[in-house]
Amino acid sequence: MRLRFNFAFGLALALLVVVAALCAGWIAPYDPIFDADLMNSEMPPSWEHWLGTDAQGRDVFSRVLYGARVSLTVGLVSQLINSFIGTALGVSAGYFGGWWDDLVNGLTNVMLAIPSLVFALAIMAVLGPGLPSLLIALGLTNWSWTCRIARSSTLSLKNQGFVLAARSAGFGDTSIMRTQILPNILGPVLVIATLGIGGAVLAEAALSFLGVGIRPPQPSWGNMLTDARDLIRTAPWASVFPGLAIFITVLGFNLLGDGLRDMLDPHMRTRKI
Amino acid sequence: MSGILPDPVLSVRNLHIGVGKRNELLHDVSFDILPGETYGLVGESGSGKSITGLSVMGLLKRPLEVTGGSIVFQGQNVLKLGSRARRRLRGDRMAMVFQEPMTALNPLATVGRQIAEMFVVHRGMGWSDARRKAVEALESVRVPSPEERARSYPHQLSGGMRQRVMVAIALACRPDLLIADEPTTALDVTVQAGVLELIAELCTAEGTAVLLVSHDLGVIASMCRRVGVMDRGRLVEEQDTRALFENPLHPYTRGLLAARPRLGSRTLAGRSRLTELDKVVTSEERGRDAPTLTTPRGLRLEATA
Amino acid sequence: MSPPLLEIRDLNVHFPLARQWLFGPKRTLRAVQGVNLTLNEGECLSIVGESGCGKSTTALTVMGLQEPASGEILFQGKPLTGPRAPTRKDRARIAQMVFQDPYASLNPRQTIGRMLSSQLSLHGIARGSEAADRVADMLTRVGLTPDHAERYPHEFSGGQRQRIGIARALMLAPKILVLDEPVSALDVSIQAQIINLLMDLQETLGLSYIMISHDLSVVEHVSDRVAVMYFGRVVEEGDWHSIFSRPTHPYTRRLIGSVPDPDAILTGARGLPNAAPVPGTARFSPDISLRPDPDEEPEPSELIRIGRSHRVRLAQ
Repeated sequence: MRLRFNFAFGLALALLVVVAALCAGWIAPYDPIFDADLMNSEMPPSWEHWLGTDAQGRDVFSRVLYGARVSLTVGLVSQLINSFIGTALGVSAGYFGGWWDDLVNGLTNVMLAIPSLVFALAIMAVLGPGLPSLLIALGLTNWSWTCRIARSSTLSLKNQGFVLAARSAGFGDTSIMRTQILPNILGPVLVIATLGIGGAVLAEAALSFLGVGIRPPQPSWGNMLTDARDLIRTAPWASVFPGLAIFITVLGFNLLGDGLRDMLDPHMRTRKI
Repeated sequence: MSGILPDPVLSVRNLHIGVGKRNELLHDVSFDILPGETYGLVGESGSGKSITGLSVMGLLKRPLEVTGGSIVFQGQNVLKLGSRARRRLRGDRMAMVFQEPMTALNPLATVGRQIAEMFVVHRGMGWSDARRKAVEALESVRVPSPEERARSYPHQLSGGMRQRVMVAIALACRPDLLIADEPTTALDVTVQAGVLELIAELCTAEGTAVLLVSHDLGVIASMCRRVGVMDRGRLVEEQDTRALFENPLHPYTRGLLAARPRLGSRTLAGRSRLTELDKVVTSEERGRDAPTLTTPRGLRLEATA
Repeated sequence: MSPPLLEIRDLNVHFPLARQWLFGPKRTLRAVQGVNLTLNEGECLSIVGESGCGKSTTALTVMGLQEPASGEILFQGKPLTGPRAPTRKDRARIAQMVFQDPYASLNPRQTIGRMLSSQLSLHGIARGSEAADRVADMLTRVGLTPDHAERYPHEFSGGQRQRIGIARALMLAPKILVLDEPVSALDVSIQAQIINLLMDLQETLGLSYIMISHDLSVVEHVSDRVAVMYFGRVVEEGDWHSIFSRPTHPYTRRLIGSVPDPDAILTGARGLPNAAPVPGTARFSPDISLRPDPDEEPEPSELIRIGRSHRVRLAQ
């Protein structure tokens, strides 16, 4: 039952992060931006500041909690956009075939060939830093796997009896894609999206670390790491805890995604004889 | 005292298969196969005929396991053998042909190599000798231009040719028992005839006994002298094939024979309804021993042993 | 004289094949070559042949699920293909299909009731409780019960699923059912039930069937007329009795002769009935001792009448 354990553990970690993000306002003992106390900067973890303070004397614990909001928003929203784009392109390409399929395929291959972080960096450079542009940049650059899976599943589904029957009954193509094909590919799409959340959280951290993500006073795990870069010797807690938060989030969603995949895998299901 | 009948090559006694002791899928199945004999197991899906064949080969997939009984092959109970000894038996003394040759063959190796492998593994031959033998084996299953075909990959062959290759692999080491599980179900009917003929001919020539598992009474009738009928995990009837068709004893067998339209049976008077199985045999009667079974199975052999 | 219910005229269906090398010539597979068939009202026409002979492609073309390369299909004299073809929706009232694999032919994520009633609402036939009544009625007709409408496909056995597939095909009251190997994936005991159901429905609803099958004993049992296809062409065609009592084309003879028939095997009487006489100099086409290449133009040949309703393909 290792499988179930991994899934449950992943779910627990993911829930922990979600709860932290939702309840940051109640849990956080200090304001993440304005409670700066230069007198108490770079304090090690103590009863007053559980995870210590950073260079400006802000409470690391509070900032990590508020950072969860940014990370989760980025992770969930960007994956939602990715899944939507990938599914729409993949299903329509697989269903209609022909030049549209060739086009989508080509586009997917191009997307896979460009490192998505570099692509996102380019988009951020055009749009400028900030949460909305971050969501767009990460939402537009990671749909290729979803697209591929959606396309190949559609290809195998579209010649199955129930799709042919729906065509014979006179249903339109959009209706068939929505009612016959989509429900049957949501499982794998959901798995990819869940696995992608971890990647998006990492990408957010990377972009913010590079200074093109979330703008500084606003706490995000990425820019917390940037700020703490110079303190790595004097105040390691300022970088260790945001790093740990990233680690927990990525691990949690990856385990969750793996577990989902195993549960949705037809080979794992017992077939009724 | 030893009778006229030779010792059976395979003797299955009170075999039980299940998922643990609780969920039993095969209940108390016993039958014997004599050397060189072709014995048929016929039944519908879920009757237990395939897992019977797999258990003899030792290829049951978890969580299925043998929960009772014995499988005596050439005098030794294979259920008592270790996994290594069992593996050495497989492919050498007993071999199997599966329904779907495309999935049973390795798509990334030439068929010549896959046949040659049998000689290397079980006969300790060198690869060059084994390859030569592989071409001979392909020739024996009447694959045209065997030299060339030995260099083909499975996907380059037609379904019938692939199944011939499977037969060549199975019979490579001249096993004493061949288990053929629906060997022609995936094939076209004209191709089926050729493959069945081939199996019959090669096995007769080498004296290989065959356990033929099939849902098709026609295939069973054309191949086997004796046949066991399985239903709901039990062997409900065993008879000589001719007797089975002329005088089926178990109501299920009667239902099975009646349900199938026979070629040439339609009259000019018009279409008639087919006899549905549940009109012939009630659910309570199914999966039980035939009430009128005259020759208890296995007894004939035990009496002479 | 009124036109037949369905007429297939000189149907050709081609599939593009991959080029043999990068700049090689374009290749096409001629899956169906010059097929002419008619289906009369209330009749069961069976198309038999082995995998790849074009019988399923012909059926898909009749359903409008495959575009023909040339030729036409007429329903009561009106074209079903080409520029004057009816819309997908109009066509749905003419012909419906029952599929071979009862497992792959039902959407696992849709309840049976929803699957059946959505057709009614799409065509504006019935909605809400009226649609539910019709669904219940149809389920009863195919031997299921109304409460089955609430369930999902995985809750049913193979035979029950095939009944559901038949119910789905009948919801719009089509004139023609195309049956693609309707029983070959089922157990013998279930086959009899489904065949009986299909025969009963044909009589009570006045349906016409096109049955695609490789199972000759089933074909003999239920068909009125039989067409034998071999590598894309019809090689012999006639009423069921002519085909089974006087199989004439060598391929038909081989097909019937290959059926492992327990009676014939056990009685030792394994003879085929005699072939019908053909004109002295005629040669059968194609020559079945050679394997025809389906991506090449076939030799000229014609279906020649050799009996009242019995035709066989001979070389010209």
